[in-house]
Amino acid sequence: MHGAVAAASPPRASARLVGEKPLLRFITCGSVDDGKSTLIGRLLYDADLAPDDIIAALESDSKKHGTQGEELDFALLVDGLAAEREQGITIDVAYRYFATDRRKFIVADTPGHEQYTRNMAVGASTAELAILLVDARKGILPQTRRHSVITSMFGVRHVVVAVNKMDLVGYSEEVFRKIEADFHAFADHLRFASIYVAPLVAKDGDNLVHHSANMPWHDGPPLLSYLEGVAVEDATRIAPFRMPVQWVSRPNLDFRGFSGFISGGNIQPGDIVRVLPSGRDTRVARIVTFDGDLESAVSGQSATLTLTEEIDISRGDLLCSPVSPAKTGDRLDARLLWLVREPLVVGKSYLLKLGTKTAPAAVTAVDARIDIETGLPQPLPEGSTLAFNEIGGARLSLETVIACDPYGENRETGGFILIDRITNETVAVGMVKAVAASNGRVAPPLTELSYASMEGLPLARESFRPTPTRSLVKALSWLLPASISTFLIVYAFVQSAALAAEITGVEMIAIFALYYLHERFWLRLSFGLGTEDAPDRDDPSL
Amino acid sequence: MTALATRPLGHLDRLEAESIHIMRETVAECERPVMLYSIGKDSAAMLHVAMKAFYPSKPPFPLLHVNTTWKFREMIEFRDRRMKELGLELIEYINPRGIEMNISPFVHGSKLHTEIMKTEALKQALDKYKFDAAFGGARRDEEKSRAKERVLSFRTAQHRWDPKNQRPEFWRLYNTRKAPGESLRVFPMSNWTEADIWDYVARENIPVVPLYFAKERPVVRRGGTLIMVDDARMELAPGESIEHKMVRFRTLGCYPLTGGIESDAASLEEIITEMRESRSSERQGRLIDHDGSSSMEQKKQEGYF
Repeated sequence: MHGAVAAASPPRASARLVGEKPLLRFITCGSVDDGKSTLIGRLLYDADLAPDDIIAALESDSKKHGTQGEELDFALLVDGLAAEREQGITIDVAYRYFATDRRKFIVADTPGHEQYTRNMAVGASTAELAILLVDARKGILPQTRRHSVITSMFGVRHVVVAVNKMDLVGYSEEVFRKIEADFHAFADHLRFASIYVAPLVAKDGDNLVHHSANMPWHDGPPLLSYLEGVAVEDATRIAPFRMPVQWVSRPNLDFRGFSGFISGGNIQPGDIVRVLPSGRDTRVARIVTFDGDLESAVSGQSATLTLTEEIDISRGDLLCSPVSPAKTGDRLDARLLWLVREPLVVGKSYLLKLGTKTAPAAVTAVDARIDIETGLPQPLPEGSTLAFNEIGGARLSLETVIACDPYGENRETGGFILIDRITNETVAVGMVKAVAASNGRVAPPLTELSYASMEGLPLARESFRPTPTRSLVKALSWLLPASISTFLIVYAFVQSAALAAEITGVEMIAIFALYYLHERFWLRLSFGLGTEDAPDRDDPSL
Repeated sequence: MTALATRPLGHLDRLEAESIHIMRETVAECERPVMLYSIGKDSAAMLHVAMKAFYPSKPPFPLLHVNTTWKFREMIEFRDRRMKELGLELIEYINPRGIEMNISPFVHGSKLHTEIMKTEALKQALDKYKFDAAFGGARRDEEKSRAKERVLSFRTAQHRWDPKNQRPEFWRLYNTRKAPGESLRVFPMSNWTEADIWDYVARENIPVVPLYFAKERPVVRRGGTLIMVDDARMELAPGESIEHKMVRFRTLGCYPLTGGIESDAASLEEIITEMRESRSSERQGRLIDHDGSSSMEQKKQEGYF
């Protein structure tokens, strides 16, 4: 079965379409006992999204471990590990799924404790929005700032500050306004695209699904309505094309496809792609899927591309737009979050995994430690490196050249992990700030051999194809030499200018029409075209 | 062939693309992957995603069915038919110790049965064929301890899971490195929900075992659930009688341990409607989950999938 034959495309029965909904991935984070788990549990309960037998189990669990006396402890709906239920805390990221009529949600409920910061970072790396829990009695704490900084650093653009336990401050608008102002003042430099601050009582459900009668002064929407409506732009959709090659599909000798997850932009047959780090350019021939070939594919899709040229491409290469290609190099300037107890060792060889590429890498210098409560870099004392949960600026040297983007431009081609070669643990997570090549490590771009001269031109295939007008003009211009030669040849045979003129006149009309049709006919064929020419979109083999 | 027009990506498209990515990563980085095929709807959806992930190649790994000898007969028929249709290689593994002791959930209880025929059998099969990565169709929405499991779940050489020391997973980056003897459980369908699976089965016309659809079946009321009398090995206790009821199953496992629900939902549309209106979670019918609230976590630590 290994390396089986290519099956013919299966016939597709018309599938019954289900209501597809937009997806929102968000994380909840906050300090110990701010009530994150309670918030999600109560949200599910109030929105009527928790099944009855789960509620029944909750009632029995509440009696056993509950921290809420006789009342239901909603946190038990989400705290899944035995240790968590015993200690009443969240240790690991827990994923929750719910859907309303308007949106589907994937929630990463992340731990608040300092020693589990790495787990919070895991949740943040794929989230589009973060809910930061704040205890109304305590206001913005160092932990809140820490979570805000991590959230911002991992590129989460939208934030909801959930000011919880408003009942314990007498539902005071004044207290709420102060926290709201404090957060805006602090988060100013973190560059969130949107911040919504909402006063809540998670355990009672105030402002979760329904407006709170206790806080009539708050005119914003309840949390669930806000989450259903908030617009999050898909940054990778408008990014330049990127597809790290995951796997080369070779079912038989005639097929060679490159499979990957498109992590930026879009692609169509005929588009030019640059293969990095080699720098070769080629064209996409087909986008092959089980359901049939696609007219185009966009970021967020898994696809298999075939290319017009046989060039050497393997797992770890990056296919990208030749107009805005990714950067290549073997020196990275990056931010690192250290994830394990053993501190970073400068000069030690780790494995760096970025996209689908794994390469040996050493940290050559740690420039600064980021003050986690402000997000600002602090100079590092001589001889010290990064310890558990610390974030810093670092420079890395790789054994091979890789292709990547600054993290700010693309999360998927700019994020990487470091793996310890002995323990196989993931020891750090990093974000590329800049990439450079050490002398002689990167060949100059293959400009002469490639399509680079076309850079700046729109990549639409139509721009390279003659229009019918061009064919008409071409037919007209051919009339002159053709008619003169016809006249001369006929005159040479029959020695009659009048007859020669008559024949030439008739032939002019015939030639004009035939030439035009002939030209358009050949445009529809790809026969005999060299690799530099795009195959025609109407080509039956596509 | 006319190319398919582009349409906006909905949540099923995103889930499918993510699952395909996970499967390809595992295949690219592991030596001997295998897909655990349990015949149920999650396996059906996972297998369908696998057919898509490697197209036009066939999935470059075998399927493994850990048989307990107590599966519904219709499940085995369905399994064999599907393998023939898709032209895939299936390895069936049965724990010889279970055959030796003539194991029965009725006699030995669900706990011992599951331990020997599922947990122990799986470990034996993975060791026997030296598989270093096993795909499973488990979803995080199924059960509380599943909700905290990584997509790539690392197991020691003894197949143990340490929930407090899981590898962090960032973006789409999976650390597949492991020492000889260690292995990975890979859950490509982690982020799907039961509703997503059914919507996908409907959208993609994926064949599923007929037991999911309501039909009149012989059942016995026992311990608050309806147990189907699938063969002569089921003996009636005093006072029990066989009733014929319209029932269907929300999850499929060993027939003595899988409770049916009374239902008239005989088509996919009706199942989906019923599920959306349902007030109970799907594992309600699974008897092995209810040996205490943390029982799944404990089984998983011991090596249960």
